[in-house]
Amino acid sequence: MSSTTMNATGAAPVFYDDGGHHPQQGTLLGFWLYLMSDLLIFAILFATYAVLGRSYAAGPSGADLFDLKLVAVNTGLLLVSSITYGMAMIAMQHGRKAHVLRWLAVTGLLGLGFLSLELYEFAHLIHEGAGPQRSAFLSSFFTLVGTHGLHVAFGCIWLFTLMTQVRRHGLTRENKRRLVCLSMFWHFLDVVWIAVFTFVYLMGVLQ
Amino acid sequence: MSAAVSAEHHHDHHDDHHDDIGYHATVKGYAVGFLLSVVLTAIPFWLVMGKVSTPAATGFIVLGFAAVQMLVHMVYFLHLNAKVEGGWSMLALLFTAALVVIVLAGSVWVMYHLNTNMMPMAPHDMRSMP
Repeated sequence: MSSTTMNATGAAPVFYDDGGHHPQQGTLLGFWLYLMSDLLIFAILFATYAVLGRSYAAGPSGADLFDLKLVAVNTGLLLVSSITYGMAMIAMQHGRKAHVLRWLAVTGLLGLGFLSLELYEFAHLIHEGAGPQRSAFLSSFFTLVGTHGLHVAFGCIWLFTLMTQVRRHGLTRENKRRLVCLSMFWHFLDVVWIAVFTFVYLMGVLQ
Repeated sequence: MSAAVSAEHHHDHHDDHHDDIGYHATVKGYAVGFLLSVVLTAIPFWLVMGKVSTPAATGFIVLGFAAVQMLVHMVYFLHLNAKVEGGWSMLALLFTAALVVIVLAGSVWVMYHLNTNMMPMAPHDMRSMP
């Protein structure tokens, strides 16, 4: 109906939507929103730990249990893995597939190193009788730190899967998008770890 | 000659635009972020492990360093600014941060007052609780 009107007046049709405000990549914004919802999960676990973190049930406290040297090494591993992932992203921008794969491999190994140390710490705690069932403090500790570790584990699986994708199909547009999403995930986990080592480990030892 | 170069440039730019996934990182940005976060991590660990100050003061300082380091990571590693995705990323982050503050501060506040306002209970009363 409107087109007949316009033809009748002889004016050219006017399009108000030139597509200019649409983002290039809806996926990146969507993935960011997922990370924000993940942040809420961690916020709830941190709140739980804040409430229960001093309920030792006459059991061991953070000062008795935590080995800060181990935590420092773990923090270093995660921090270095952040910059190695950054190097992979820069290689991706220059289209250097071999470099991307090499830096991703280094990042993945650092991630696995982090996980091994964390599993060692958990095994050690459980062996000492300080498992998650010992006190409310330890339940909330294992839930919070374990959830972060689980995220790192899935990040590693994603990373090694993506390495296979890049090796087979090269730095296609889809693979670049996936690499950017994983970089956001990886750096996000590092941000959460800052909160974990500060709030749980450092302040737990302080008393 | 210059026309050919500019045409090539234009072509390059066009290709870039097609392949552009809205992500631009620099070595310098990552290096600065990494150095800052190493310093911001090392100082809190040193403060706590070396028992430099009183626990209360150290606690506040350590929390402050963590807050700064999170901002550093957001800016240098996650490349967040008010322009990413037309400002929607920042808006989502601010909204989530507000929720996080409400959840954390609210939980701690409520549970602290619940604990301090409870009647003291002897262990044998506790044992006979349902």
